[in-house]
Amino acid sequence: MLAKRIIPCLDVRAGRVVKGVNFEGVKDVTDPVSLARRYNEEGADELVFYDITASHEERNLFTDVLEKVAGEIFIPLTVGGGIRTVDDFARVLGCGADKVSVNSGAIADFSLIGRAANKYGSQCVVLSMDVKRVDGKFALFAKGGREYTGIDAMEWARRGVGDGAGEIVLNSIDTDGVKGGFDIEMLQELCSLVDVPVIASGGAGKAEDFVTLFKSVPGADAGLAASIFHFEEVNIKNLKQMLKANGIPVRI
Amino acid sequence: MIGIVDYGVGNLFSLKSSLKYLGLEHIVSADMRELARCDRLILPGVGAFGDARAILAGSGMDGFLTEQAHSGKPLLGICLGMQLLLQGSEEFGSHDGLGLIEGRACPLKGDIDPLLKVPHMGWNSLHFTKKSELFKYSREGEWVYFVHSFYGKDCGGDVLATADYSVPVTAAVGRGKVFGTQFHPEKSGTAGLKILRAFAEV
Repeated sequence: MLAKRIIPCLDVRAGRVVKGVNFEGVKDVTDPVSLARRYNEEGADELVFYDITASHEERNLFTDVLEKVAGEIFIPLTVGGGIRTVDDFARVLGCGADKVSVNSGAIADFSLIGRAANKYGSQCVVLSMDVKRVDGKFALFAKGGREYTGIDAMEWARRGVGDGAGEIVLNSIDTDGVKGGFDIEMLQELCSLVDVPVIASGGAGKAEDFVTLFKSVPGADAGLAASIFHFEEVNIKNLKQMLKANGIPVRI
Repeated sequence: MIGIVDYGVGNLFSLKSSLKYLGLEHIVSADMRELARCDRLILPGVGAFGDARAILAGSGMDGFLTEQAHSGKPLLGICLGMQLLLQGSEEFGSHDGLGLIEGRACPLKGDIDPLLKVPHMGWNSLHFTKKSELFKYSREGEWVYFVHSFYGKDCGGDVLATADYSVPVTAAVGRGKVFGTQFHPEKSGTAGLKILRAFAEV
């Protein structure tokens, strides 16, 4: 039986992990390598590095960080942020990433999914989607959730999987930052449509939210969060104990 | 010295890093003379069986690996590298493997519960079916990381460990000094490092 995965996300800018509050007032939190180390020791099943680079120099700092983490932490690493071309895949895979997530890059050029999957295999291509309810429908947003695309999110997911995306990260803009729990309804809908692993993102505020996630959405494979792990509101080790006590398979 | 067989298939970053982390000397090479001087070999691999098999055959690496294995040199195949050790594969047509281990690579689809996802991707726990020096530091139930859509079937007495995915999926195989893991020890945290260290001591 596969374990349900707990995935901390690290937003990296200029070689540091940053965390904004309500998309504003981005503040420096810590060194990504030491944070990755802590997560690994707590029992994180995978790490996601999100590159929120603003310049070429910062991009090099990002790949330095990635190489350093990949050199001492031997769990799957996913990289996202600014991935627009197959060359971007090559760049991060060469620095130790195992999976690469595409979001706005796939919206700008849908063929990126298929081309990357052909070259590196579907297991390597993660489709990350920012989704929000608009007029009662799930709509896809681009540019970190700022830009309405007019695309139906569920249809987008189905097309992405059809073209070779091997995993989906569903980030609900409606629940993101609210800390009231994952977007169960949105996740249930997605899980009924696709047969690749689904990672739930957006809304986790406490350990119990992960229990609710895996109980209410059996098709969800993983839960992802950033700030609650960063600020030690939830300790991954304790979270996994709680999941285990609730009959949910976890790697302990 | 561990020789990692470089035949252009898969990302070797983690494998190299984990050996380095363990302080194990290694080289990555496609040169058979160089690999022949190593005291053990690792055959990695990600991707399609047929393509990988063709590359090994084209360079004569297949014959070299078979000869090295028969001479008693420890060999570890990882993921697709494990499947290549088998007698063959049914992935996109029928292909011959190196024939060092019993069994064939067959699709998970059709054999497992249809509600389960393919690829079998993520952390699953090991159940040991046979004692092996490859797992001398490992414990029953330890979690390791898998990513695969085909699996070793009918491996008979060569199965060393399985993982439960509605059916027992071959997780590790071995015969003599030839070993294979379907999972990625280089991506399996401490549990994986222990297996690599054990291989270096075989």
